Amino acid sequence: MRRAPAIFLFALLSLLAAGCGGSSNKASDTTSTAAAASCDKGSLNLVNAGQLTVGTDNPAFPPWFGGAEKAPWKVSNPYSGQGYESAVAYAVATKLGFAKSEVKWIVVPFNTSFAPGAKKFDFDINQISYKPARATAVDFSDSYYNVNQSLVVVKGTPIASATSIAAVKPYKFGAQLGTTSYDYIINNIKPSKKPAVFDTNDAAVAALKNKQIDGLVVDLPTAFYITAVQVPKGKILGQFPTVGTPEHFGMIFEKGNSLVGCVNDALTKLRTDGTLESLQAKWLQADAPVLK
Amino acid sequence: MTSAGEGRRGVTVALLSTVVFFTVLAVAITHAPGWPEVKRTFFNWNQFRDSMPEISRAFLLNVKIFMIAEAFILVLALVLAVVRSLSGPVFFPMRALGIAYADFFRGVPTILVIALLGFGAPALQLSWVPLSTTFWGIVALILVYTAYVSEVYRAGIESVHPSQDAAARSLGLTHWQSLRKVVLPQAVRRVIPPLLNDFIGLQKDTALVGFLGSVEAFKQSQIDAAATFNYTPFVAAAVLFVALTIPLARFTDWLVLRDRRRRQATGT
Repeated sequence: MRRAPAIFLFALLSLLAAGCGGSSNKASDTTSTAAAASCDKGSLNLVNAGQLTVGTDNPAFPPWFGGAEKAPWKVSNPYSGQGYESAVAYAVATKLGFAKSEVKWIVVPFNTSFAPGAKKFDFDINQISYKPARATAVDFSDSYYNVNQSLVVVKGTPIASATSIAAVKPYKFGAQLGTTSYDYIINNIKPSKKPAVFDTNDAAVAALKNKQIDGLVVDLPTAFYITAVQVPKGKILGQFPTVGTPEHFGMIFEKGNSLVGCVNDALTKLRTDGTLESLQAKWLQADAPVLK
Repeated sequence: MTSAGEGRRGVTVALLSTVVFFTVLAVAITHAPGWPEVKRTFFNWNQFRDSMPEISRAFLLNVKIFMIAEAFILVLALVLAVVRSLSGPVFFPMRALGIAYADFFRGVPTILVIALLGFGAPALQLSWVPLSTTFWGIVALILVYTAYVSEVYRAGIESVHPSQDAAARSLGLTHWQSLRKVVLPQAVRRVIPPLLNDFIGLQKDTALVGFLGSVEAFKQSQIDAAATFNYTPFVAAAVLFVALTIPLARFTDWLVLRDRRRRQATGT
């Protein structure tokens, strides 16, 4: 009688195995290689029909976003249309045929923007640099901004009097997680001390103010915000020269989303008619001396 | 049926059942529609192989943090537990402080303590306050785990039958001598499994120090994951943590078994 339960269990499990085996072979179909034949607003591949759902992280920092803070967004408000990324998103939306009221912003923490599975946004715009490895997981739009890294230091500290890359090597650097700033430190600056990496912009700025790091590497526009608002005693020591292919920011899309083609068309139009350039001149102050 | 025969049949059934169970599980998972994407994102062998060397190097920082922290925790928690066990009204303020400390540091989430100390203490800009984020991470972990481990010690102390203390006192030992020579040796031996359990918990919590900027194993895996938009580095870091825990857990089991054998042997 002790045999029966064992055999029964075995039979049940075998049935389950057979059943599961039968429902297989549904290849996950995410490859639609051809761009949408039409970029008409009505035939776009959207998460919510009739609406352009755009994701970005919270807080939304200047100069990428602007306007008075509005819940749930902290520091600024993507809906304001102020700030470079907000302006670009609305410009692209207009070219695609959306009214300003048809654009919806959702909070997408950076780490979840590239999580596998269906995305809740049509595209995510969050100072995300294009990297070939990243492009195997998501689709990137064309560049909407070419990035230069820069170095923020606190006035009066020893590093603040350095004038070349060689002179800053002995110091402790910091960068924000997920930014190519960290790569730039490791690959190009090659300091003698291991750099610190922070989850958030706020943590990095706190460490800089506390002198726990000597210099913070960030993209140039963010550096202007940091020195103007977050670290009053801070200054931009300089921007780093581009090494190799210039880095650029792109919007990210779910892999295989045909919307990329239409957005790239829109970006090309914005580039050729000078809109991108005027937006950059308006929101992103241009310059800092180049450190060599 | 002989017991040997029954034993053999038992093993066969166990083996068969295990094979069938895991086969069914494997088939069910690999035939889920999203499996190819999950496999590429979480179980990508190339990513695992590429990120493992750097994560292993960063893991040394975790090891350094918990070795230093554990040494302090074991001692300080014992002091706290003894303070709380002192009887008599004259010791009331010390007991009250001990209770307040344990309640506070068990109540505040560890990550908050780390953030408050790691960023707050250096912000005071006092010249004698160390700036190192690893230092403050270790201090924060010591403060939090001392609270938990002191409760474990206290449970051990209270589990030693009062007749032990009474017998020691009747032999002429003072309260402190009785504590040191009779009660504590028994108490500590009894709570070795929970102590090692808390040690294992501490090993995991060293990952929180990464919030302050130190590049330990979890932070390094976050860096790799963000660079490639692939989560396999997290799996690599997890493998390292688990590999550390398993020997420790088996060592705990062996210690407990040995202690039990010794105690039972002396009983006869």
